Amino acid sequence: MLAYIIRRLGYAIPILIGVNLLTFALFFVVNTPDQMAQVQLGDKHITPEAVQEWKAQRGYDKPLLFNPDKSGLSSVTDTIFYEKSLRLFALDFGKSDAGRSIAADIEQRMWPSLAVALPTFVIGISVNIAFALFIVMFRASIFDTSAMILCVALMSISGVFYVIAGQFFFAKEWNLVPISGYLSGADAWRFLILPVIIGVISGIGGGTRLYRTLFLEEANKDYVRTARAKGVPELTVLFRHILPNGLIPILTSVVVVIPSLFMGSLLVESFFGIPGLGSYTLDAIQSQDFAIVRSMVFLGSVLYIIGLLLTDISYTLVDPRVRLS
Amino acid sequence: MGITGKSLLAALISLPLVLSLSACKDQAWNNPHAADEAGKNILYSSFSGRPKHLDPVISYSSDEGRFIDQIYDPPLQYHYLKRPFQLEPNTLTAMPTIVYRNAEGQEVAADAADLAFSDYYFELQPGILYQPHPALALNDEGGAFYQFTDSNDAAAFSTLSDFTETGTRELKAEDYVYQIRRLADPTSLSPIRGLLSEYIVGMNEFGDKAKDIRAELQDGEWLDLRSIEFSGVEVIDDHRYRVRLNGKYPQFNYWLAFHFFAPVPVEADRFYNMPGMSDRNLTLDWYPIGTGPYMMTENDPNKVIILERNPNYRDDFYPSEGESSDGDAGLLDDAGQKLPFIDKFVYRLEKESIPLWSKFLQGYYDRSGISSDSFDQAVKIGASGIGLSEEMLERGISLEVDVLPGTYYFGFNMLDPVVGDVGTTEERTRKRKLRQAIAIVYDQAEYISIFMNGRGETGMSPLPPGIFGYQEGEEGINPNVFKWVDGKPVRRSIGHAKELLAQAGYPGGRNANTGEPLVLNLDTVGAGASATQNWLIKQFKKLDIQLNFRATDYNRFKDKMKAGNAQMFQWGWMADYPDAENFLFLLYGPNGLVTTKGAGVNSSNYDNPRYNELFEKMKLMENTPERMAIIRDMLLIVHNDVPWASSFHPHSYVLNNEWVSNSKPHGISKAVIKYLKIDPERRTELQAQWNSPVIWPLILVAALLFVVALPGYMAYRRRLQHRVSSTLNPSTHQDGGQ
Repeated sequence: MLAYIIRRLGYAIPILIGVNLLTFALFFVVNTPDQMAQVQLGDKHITPEAVQEWKAQRGYDKPLLFNPDKSGLSSVTDTIFYEKSLRLFALDFGKSDAGRSIAADIEQRMWPSLAVALPTFVIGISVNIAFALFIVMFRASIFDTSAMILCVALMSISGVFYVIAGQFFFAKEWNLVPISGYLSGADAWRFLILPVIIGVISGIGGGTRLYRTLFLEEANKDYVRTARAKGVPELTVLFRHILPNGLIPILTSVVVVIPSLFMGSLLVESFFGIPGLGSYTLDAIQSQDFAIVRSMVFLGSVLYIIGLLLTDISYTLVDPRVRLS
Repeated sequence: MGITGKSLLAALISLPLVLSLSACKDQAWNNPHAADEAGKNILYSSFSGRPKHLDPVISYSSDEGRFIDQIYDPPLQYHYLKRPFQLEPNTLTAMPTIVYRNAEGQEVAADAADLAFSDYYFELQPGILYQPHPALALNDEGGAFYQFTDSNDAAAFSTLSDFTETGTRELKAEDYVYQIRRLADPTSLSPIRGLLSEYIVGMNEFGDKAKDIRAELQDGEWLDLRSIEFSGVEVIDDHRYRVRLNGKYPQFNYWLAFHFFAPVPVEADRFYNMPGMSDRNLTLDWYPIGTGPYMMTENDPNKVIILERNPNYRDDFYPSEGESSDGDAGLLDDAGQKLPFIDKFVYRLEKESIPLWSKFLQGYYDRSGISSDSFDQAVKIGASGIGLSEEMLERGISLEVDVLPGTYYFGFNMLDPVVGDVGTTEERTRKRKLRQAIAIVYDQAEYISIFMNGRGETGMSPLPPGIFGYQEGEEGINPNVFKWVDGKPVRRSIGHAKELLAQAGYPGGRNANTGEPLVLNLDTVGAGASATQNWLIKQFKKLDIQLNFRATDYNRFKDKMKAGNAQMFQWGWMADYPDAENFLFLLYGPNGLVTTKGAGVNSSNYDNPRYNELFEKMKLMENTPERMAIIRDMLLIVHNDVPWASSFHPHSYVLNNEWVSNSKPHGISKAVIKYLKIDPERRTELQAQWNSPVIWPLILVAALLFVVALPGYMAYRRRLQHRVSSTLNPSTHQDGGQ
């Protein structure tokens, strides 16, 4: 397995270089360093000299990909691409275009993101699985049909609607929780209840339908029929037989997202004022801070690759038939 | 399942009880503030985006000024209550003394022909202390307590509060001079460096020397700017300093009320430039140090920014004079009281308008603006004018309306071959008539009414109300666009505009020579709302002119403007200071955006020699009748040339909850929160009244879950019974199976 992991990590390097190159190209197609300087320096009284100074201070006065004034390796290393993008492989995120340490910002903002994403993820999966098992227990009944209609309805509603409706009723009309905001420490839970509830509810439709399908597939298999034939109670059939076997495909969709959880949710963080990483990327795009954008895209790619690797590894843990080679 | 349902029901019903027994017991459940802050003398407000800069050398936005202007103490400040805006000493014993000199350094009269320099002499009040700050902490030997030799020394510190040792010292003249040195240093990237280097003697030379010396320094090495010669500034003694300007620059006093000229102690510059500090985001751009009424104790702009009372703040008192109406409004009730009144300001990040508005109505924010979404709920417009809605009045909320010192305009690029001021005299006359025709049909009042909820007023010139040179009534109108009828301005007729259009060579909106329709281009950022576009099309349609939108992103739009490739555009300007010069320079030829390669503010690239000449004369004058006459002449030229089709001055609307007092809008200064006062007890009382939790929905949800779960449980029991019976009597039953 170790050889497999090393090989997969090796594959990641060209993928990450490609992602970097693509991000770099896309960003610089939209923005020139001069434009970035003007955005950072503001609109009033900005002289061409100030723009040049800003670029020089941040290394944006160099050529993008190839430096014809240098010879040998320096013609590649003395470029914006090398200095800004390839250093990410050493997890050196450097400074944002506004002059702040990106690593320090990420370290600070990942915790609020995790505080929302982790409970939403755990509770969401638990609720979806429980609801799916409940439906499977009453498969081909009026419950099943009603639940499926409900799931489709839940899926059809925009996430923004859940947020606005949740804030309106729970926070504004019924005064049960703060409408938005975030406090650190012991006070944080008051601000997490509503986003977590909304995150869970908005995911019920899609999650339950997927898991129901997976569980139904298991429920139709011979070993389940045999268990029933032996007189095993229905709840035992569900939890001892269908659930463990149905978890294998569920892992595919679940494990891959675990490392990305701390990247946060754009929608929830923006609407609830959670100071996490989701809004960090969005703010960086709006302020045209290329340094943050490339760091977050790189980090997202790394985490996604790790997620895929963890998925593969988790297969071997839950299904002894799977061997990584 | 029955047990599960009951458990669920019990859990849901008990949830509110659990909540009430926890930290929430002393405050409403939906209170977004910390429980231990209840009832304290704290004002809660919000901000919508991270301030980019908090270093007074580079910060140039009002969103940043609202924080740092409470911390940094420039030499001058604006009187809080008096209008028109009036400067007064802040940390000085008196207004700066100005001595005019000739090239030989001899004193001359203010209007002397050989006047070469203006020397500004400043004298500081003694005994002003800095806020407690680690940069000023001293060790036993009297040296800096914190001295890092390499970046690892900073590893233990992630915020300023991690530095447990703090110190203070008296404000010195040297601190003001040091900040001027920072302004002159090109690496500081100060936005006003270019402008000031025209006036402050030796600024450019200082910048060049600093640049050369920095080139010799090792990466990250700190440069003590005191070591570089700067002929334009001089520290006379601990409390006195001098700044020498080239020629006369009356507007310099206004800059002296800006944080650009606030003091920065050299110790702070050294402290923040120690190795490893910027890697931990410990910079002057993030953690200000000042002598003002407040100090920043938390800066987490992703969440909250907190200003707390500076325990070392000097004796500063609430004004005892103001406008005649201020006494009736209760704004002089605290005259002579020591400032500041409020202990702490908590600014929370609010990106969305709905939560912000809801929290204001719940009493969790003390003050609020009014977004378009909530305008109808907050304000009613009746025959008697603008007033608060019944709901707001019931809550005791008050409204402040103020005209902002800014001008937004629909401009022509005067370098454009179709609408600009180019070509032969005859061609230029025709193009002027085209612009005049457009100016007549562009109904700014309608735009303000439809798209801005009436929050603005049509501009007759670049000058907004309250600025010297602005004239009300018939004298102030643009006679090419308006007539004065029955005591109010009335837009000239469309027929007259069509006549002008015909004289411009476009009868009926078609080129008189070719018969082709006249198509004009509006360069915009983004597509814009379709309603706005339709309205604009409608305005031009009045003259049968086709309007085309050339939408692009902001960067390309700016490039287009800088290159002079736009035809028509919408732009705006918020004043730096309340002087006519700061508005009329928007049309001063040498300030042209193209001429200055993007550094100028004259976006229309308007260049009228007579206007330029008058501007140069006017900008050096005091506010006298002669200056007023010159401004009128300048405005007549502008009215005739029409570089802008239209303009408006926006209004600001601020709502205050009942417990907020001493609030008076000040369009220029942001350093006003020291005057505000709140009644925390009344706030607590009303918050409790407005926010009692409604529990019945929770019980209802629990009951609904139970109702749904019960049939399920019964069905499950039936199925089990069915199985048992089919097992006992297989001949009569078959398993339902799937």
